[in-house]
This record gives sequence, structure tokens and C-alpha cells, in this order.
Amino acid sequence: MSLKGKAYIAGAWEHPTRKASDKSVALLHAECAKGALEDAGLTKDDVDGYFCAGDAPGLGPLSMVDYMNLKVRHVDSTDVGGSSYQVAVGHALEAIAHGRCNIALITLAGRPRSEGQATGTAPRAGSPAQPDVQFEFPYGPATANMYAMCATRHMHEYGTTSEQLAWIKVAASHHAQHNPHAMLRDVVTVQDVVNSPMVASPLHRLDCCVISDGGGALVVTKPEIAKSLKRPLVKVIGVGESPKGQMAGEVDLVYSAARWSGPPAWEMAGIKPSDIKYASIYDSFTITVLMQLEDLGFCEKGQGGKFVADGNLISGTGRLPFNTDGGGLCSNHPANRGGITKIIEAVRQLRGEAHPAVQVKNCDLAIAHGTGGSLGTRHCGSTVILERE
Amino acid sequence: MAFVQRKIPFVGSVETNPETKPFWDGCAAGKLVLPRCKDTGKFIWYPRAISPWTFGPVEWVEVSGRGKIYTFSVMQRADPPYCIAYVELAEGPRMMTNIVDCDFATLKIGQAVSLKFIPSEGGPPLPFFAPA
Repeated sequence: MSLKGKAYIAGAWEHPTRKASDKSVALLHAECAKGALEDAGLTKDDVDGYFCAGDAPGLGPLSMVDYMNLKVRHVDSTDVGGSSYQVAVGHALEAIAHGRCNIALITLAGRPRSEGQATGTAPRAGSPAQPDVQFEFPYGPATANMYAMCATRHMHEYGTTSEQLAWIKVAASHHAQHNPHAMLRDVVTVQDVVNSPMVASPLHRLDCCVISDGGGALVVTKPEIAKSLKRPLVKVIGVGESPKGQMAGEVDLVYSAARWSGPPAWEMAGIKPSDIKYASIYDSFTITVLMQLEDLGFCEKGQGGKFVADGNLISGTGRLPFNTDGGGLCSNHPANRGGITKIIEAVRQLRGEAHPAVQVKNCDLAIAHGTGGSLGTRHCGSTVILERE
Repeated sequence: MAFVQRKIPFVGSVETNPETKPFWDGCAAGKLVLPRCKDTGKFIWYPRAISPWTFGPVEWVEVSGRGKIYTFSVMQRADPPYCIAYVELAEGPRMMTNIVDCDFATLKIGQAVSLKFIPSEGGPPLPFFAPA
């Protein structure tokens, strides 16, 4: 049974906060849930499936279900970092198709900014029981230098330049100027990016995403319910998920797990990259975007630098408008997990509810791709393809 | 810039993963001892006592300590800055490490490096690499 079109995204809501020192993570989850349900025209009593990731407070979904006082018959707390929310959409699609639930609520929230996390530059030790920790933590793997090692190698193999990577930030900043909630609203130039301080070579400060508090939520429903609501119809037509690691020492850092999560999503959707009108691409760092675009098939492997250069990702100018909310690079990376905001902006585009300055004309097909974990060690790629009906 | 060695942190104890004791014993003796899959003959990184290719047995073998830089990044935001890298060992696997005792500005992918052990805080000496 193909799962294509067996579920719709009926509600999508991004918390407007970027700093929430006066709120708990649990409250942020509930506010996001409320926002997405109101957006869909549903209430909390309609929800019969709940999805979060492992970072939600409490044991899996239990504390959040209890805090929000939900009565659900299906839960899932698969945690693959920032890509968990694309995975959640895929799992909600399966659950709905198999009658395990009819209205699935997905929430994310966190406040690394208020808590003062040095998200990108401070190595964080996992549990010593995690089998890789003792062989890696002594060497100082942080988020930034793990992605940076991918960039170093990509530059070596394909001649990718810092200036080409900078174009990704430039495009995001062109979009962010129109988003009143974005943390960084100034339009920047390639020179601004390459002249910003080096964080982890070859990645500069402006190659990195923001650190923000906040969250978001999605409501995924079965077709009959989506069609009974008053919102534009956004159909889930393709999903894929796949982790990638070090392959027992056969480390290859020039491609991401998008190489594996993309094909099943394209196949289910029955479309190809050139059909896509709008792309939400996970942007923890500029290099993340470039590798995912290649691995999803938007250009040949190694040609990502040329593909993103000269404004090709800027809405209204380029061939592939991306992250029109400003993305993680300029707007929001709530809880250090940018997957859900990728889906939310794709929904806005398909509904025609993006900011008029960045709205893609006749936007009927969109992709929202996530990369969670660390691109330099272990990560997950997760792909969602959506169609406006 | 003159190289400054950062302090090397260690979490847990070597007993946390008891089956990797041959690796830690090697470190204590200044030798890099890695598991090799008995079925395929391939060396494994990071160390584990079951073959990640066949689920078959491994044998623990000292490697040459010669390698070349597969990729690297200098963390400029740290004090002192340090260079994280994957080094491709002559025996095959690419292992995470730091490149030490060098001017980071001169480092290149493909550059030959050789093994050196450096003490860690609360753990055994660990394998690092410096330009050969």
C-alpha cells in the first residue's frame, strides 16, 4: 500500500519567541500545541496521537501527554535530533494510514538561549555507555567543528569555496529581512560572511545558525478530516528517513544521509527535484545546505557550490527559493532542532501564507528536509515532500 | 602561531567498555592496538569487540601509527585553539583525533602524520598525530 496522500498537514504553528527566559520548556510545548490546533481549527480533545522527540521533558512522550492532559491512543518519541520532526510526519502518516490515530499532534520546544548553551562550540560528552564517546570526546568534537570537517573535505574534493557557501547565508538573510520574528534581519553580503570571525575552520561565524529558544507544532490528520476543515489542503506525498554514521571506519564526509532518505521520498511522491517550487533545507550551517541539495538531487554531486552561488536560492531571483522565513541561519533554530520550522515554512508557502515579499508563485510542490545529529559522526536525514491540493 | 597543547578530557573509565581493554592496554604501553575483523581482515574504528561487518570475532593488532590527514578543522573559538581531524591510517580506517605540535596554518589534507601519545585528565594516554 502506498502511503502517498494518506495524511495532510492541517495545522502548523511556529512560536514567535526567540528568547523565553520566563517560560518552562513544558509550557512552550503546550503553547505550540495550542497554536497549531487553533491554526487547524481543532481542539486538544480532538488529538488522538502525540509525537515528540527524546528532548521533550520527561520519559519519552509521557510527561508532555500528562502535562497537556491529552487522551491519546498512539505515541511516538523517535529521537534523531533536529531531523526528528520530518520523521514524526512520516510516522504520523503511517499511523494514520493504519488507523492507529486520526489526528496527530507533533510538538517541539526548548530554550538553549536562555540556558546559555554554547551549542556549537562546546563539546558535550554523552554517557560513557555510548560506545563512541570515549574514543571521540577527548578530541573535542563540538557541533561546529564536526560540520566544518565536512566542509574542509568537500572543498578539497570538489573545489567548493567559502564564497560559495556564503551565498547560502546571503540568500537566507534576504528572506529574513521580511520576517519580524527573525533574530538576524540585516541583509548580508558574501564579503560580510567570509570576513566574519572564524569559528571552526573553514566555517565563519556567519556560516552558523542562530541559537534560539522557542518551538513549533504540527497537526497531521487523515484526508477526510483535513477536507472538513477550513484550511488550504497540504498533502503529504513523500517521506524518507535514514541514518548515516562512520561505517566502522570507512568515514566519508562529502555526502549526507539525504542520499538515502531522498530516493524513497521522491519515489513515493512520483516527482523529481526539478518539479519542486520551494525547498526548506536544514541549515544548521551553510555546508549542511550545500550537501543536502546535492544529495537530494537538486544538482550533481560536487556542483553544490555553483548551484547556490549568485543568488540562486533567493525567492523571486533564483531557481530554487529556499528557507524563505530566514531559516536557522537567520530566523530561528528552536531547541537546537530546526526540522519543524522547515516543515512549517513549507506549509506556509503551499498555503500562500508566506510573507508576500518571499511567497513563491503557484507554489504547489515543496520539500522539507532535515539533518539531525552530527554530520561529522552520526546523523539522520529525513525528507518530507508536500503538495498543495 | 606557536602550538599550545590543550588539556585532554576523558569521561568514564576504561572499564566502561570492558571488551575494549586491549585498546586501552595498548595506549598505556604507547601502542595503537585496533580490532581487526577476522572474517574480512579489515581494521575497525572506533574499537569494538564484534565485527561491524559480519558480527564475527575480532583480533587485536598493533598498527603502524602512520597515516595521512583525511580532513580537519581548527576550532578557533577555543582557548587554546585545537585541530580536530580524521586521520586515515596506513591500515585503512579513518579515526578521529587531534593534530598536534604544528602550525595549524600549514596543515593540508593528504599530509603525512605519525602517532604520538598524550596523557589525558583522569584517563589513559590517548593517540594523537603530528606531522611526520
